[in-house]
Amino acid sequence: MTLTKLLTGAAMALGLATTAMAEDKTKVGFVYVGPIGDGGWTHEHDKGRLAVEAEFGDKVETVYVESVAEGPDSERVMTQMALDGADLIFTTSFGYMDPTINVAKKFPNVKFEHATGYKQAENVATYSARFYEGRAIQGHIAGSMTESNIIGYIGSYPIPEVIRGINSAFIHARKVNPDVQFKIVWAYTWFDPAKEADAAKVLIEQGADVVLQHTDSTAPQAAAQEAGNVITFGQASDMAQYGPKPRVSSIIDDWAPYYIARTKAVMDGTWTTGNTWDGIGAGMVGIGEISDAVPAEVKAEALALKASLADGSYHAFTGPLNKQDGTPFLAEGDTADDGTLAGMNFYVEGIEGDIPQ
Amino acid sequence: MIRLEKRPQPSRAFSLATPVLAVIATMFFGGLLFMALGKEPLLAIKTIFWEPLFGEFSFFYRPQLMIKGAPLVLIAIGLSLGFKAGIWNIGAEGQYIMGALFGAGVGLAFYPAEGHYIFPLMVLAGAFGGWVWAMIPALLKVKFGTNEILVSLMLVYVAEQFLASMSLGLLKNPEGFGFPGSRNLQQYESAFNADLIEGSGMHWGVVAAMIAVIFAYVLLSKHRLGFAIRVTGEAPRAAKFSGVNPTRLVLFCLGTSGLLAGLAGMFEVSGPAGQVTIDFNVGYGFTAIIVAFLGRLHPIGILLAGLLMALTYIGGDIAQSQLGLPAAAIQVFQGMLLFFLLALDMFTNYRLRFGRTEVA
Repeated sequence: MTLTKLLTGAAMALGLATTAMAEDKTKVGFVYVGPIGDGGWTHEHDKGRLAVEAEFGDKVETVYVESVAEGPDSERVMTQMALDGADLIFTTSFGYMDPTINVAKKFPNVKFEHATGYKQAENVATYSARFYEGRAIQGHIAGSMTESNIIGYIGSYPIPEVIRGINSAFIHARKVNPDVQFKIVWAYTWFDPAKEADAAKVLIEQGADVVLQHTDSTAPQAAAQEAGNVITFGQASDMAQYGPKPRVSSIIDDWAPYYIARTKAVMDGTWTTGNTWDGIGAGMVGIGEISDAVPAEVKAEALALKASLADGSYHAFTGPLNKQDGTPFLAEGDTADDGTLAGMNFYVEGIEGDIPQ
Repeated sequence: MIRLEKRPQPSRAFSLATPVLAVIATMFFGGLLFMALGKEPLLAIKTIFWEPLFGEFSFFYRPQLMIKGAPLVLIAIGLSLGFKAGIWNIGAEGQYIMGALFGAGVGLAFYPAEGHYIFPLMVLAGAFGGWVWAMIPALLKVKFGTNEILVSLMLVYVAEQFLASMSLGLLKNPEGFGFPGSRNLQQYESAFNADLIEGSGMHWGVVAAMIAVIFAYVLLSKHRLGFAIRVTGEAPRAAKFSGVNPTRLVLFCLGTSGLLAGLAGMFEVSGPAGQVTIDFNVGYGFTAIIVAFLGRLHPIGILLAGLLMALTYIGGDIAQSQLGLPAAAIQVFQGMLLFFLLALDMFTNYRLRFGRTEVA
């Protein structure tokens, strides 16, 4: 009797264990710096999350927390996700770097993926996108289409990521139009419609008929639309609602392929740390539909440039190039290495003004 | 007919009951909101209020409550002194930033030297930074009669520019590959405001907040200056007759609140945050205004209010991740708390009368 009971108990326990195994979903957490909203940086990361859900269905469970401040709040949210059983956590802002490393130390079995940072660990990988490739295409279209030869640029913060974009856009604008000038306004924000609108208006008043933005809101698009005869490019999201003009194209962040691949790696047990920096070729940087407002031959050139960046036959930073102060940066035919690009803190020759310190 | 009738005396009972009623009303209407979003209301409320305190992982969340609550309490205590006297420092956020910059600046200036004198110097520098920043509106007010609300608020944005400039320039980590942000003080032993007992959340900022609560309590109930503060707020003319010097009071109230906000910033940057970064400030200076009022401008009340506010933040994040509630819903929930507090506060001075007005 007792033995039967014992056996039944054991069988039940086994049964339970099997069900538990079957239901053991891979849990993926996402920490967002802003609200998901209807466009911009966080929105695109969330599209990546939804793509992971669509790809793996019942086999994954995703959780997210939006508008998480960098610093101790992010550390708490990451810890909470790890405690709640997350297997993989994507932390999607540069400022989450040290918190990610701190939490990763406490949870060696949880994998972490930190966007745009430079600190890795056994269980912390980093990833970012070569947005500067997209900037090259923007610069080409902008330089070809400007009539006032003044291109306005709304910078967020003077950090390597943004400076790299300015340089790349400038190099390619100058290539097609040697008279082009860049006017740069620093908004000191990633997302602030009011400030961005002001910045766009100032640039347009100063004669810019192209406004490039490294900020997330559609406010510059609206300002350009109001001013008439100004063209813009969508940032992070397609911003197609402002097409075909002012928005003539866009740089789109597409994290879905990476997120799916990394989730799969965790499921298969093949995840390893590393540093991924993908561009147009791998699909991490998307170029939004180039609208009919762009002349056909410019569009064709832009698409050719895109193809050459994608297959690696052309690098956006190819010499001869000088730094702003005239010192040589790259010799004829040389291309910039990733280390230089990652820490880029100088303008190339021809850009006026100083990088604020 | 329902009408409001002024009470002959403000109701003391109601004044004490308001915060509790406000919390209950917030839970109720917040529950309705969560239900409208298709979530289980009781589960959501439980996740926000119960989970951090008594849930499975409360061993982790309880210390977090201290970390989140300490700067709120420290700043709110300082603000409450001025608010009681009708002196409105709205710019604690700026003073918090300046305290952090001064404190971290002093610490980083010594890098990589180690020594026990470094941290105390950082504390002094942090307090000084916040105090100086608050002295600007204070002096402008006493010399030129400017409005301290506007000046202190505007100085927040100036401080934010300083913060950005420091993160990108002077205090930028030379080993940070050109990225913005200072060295991490958590990795610099002499400057690190670590937990006094590992994993307890008790860092020096928590201790300072406790001391501030006691200090404010004694000041307000026992000291002549506390009397001056109270009487100025309640009856400015009477204050004049009783010999209160309004200039000194403005300097004291703004100075103290700036000093405490500066300390909060310094303890935060050298401890939980670790780094001067562009986005270092997360709104403690503004949230502390809510905390001060939620705590009825009373030191003990503020202590409780700070912990409650911290609880809604921590619980709110848990609810987001476990239940998929949007951040905006959590923010509405927190906003409700202040809304109900202010709305119910009216009943301290007024009461509802039902029925027709009798004709005299």
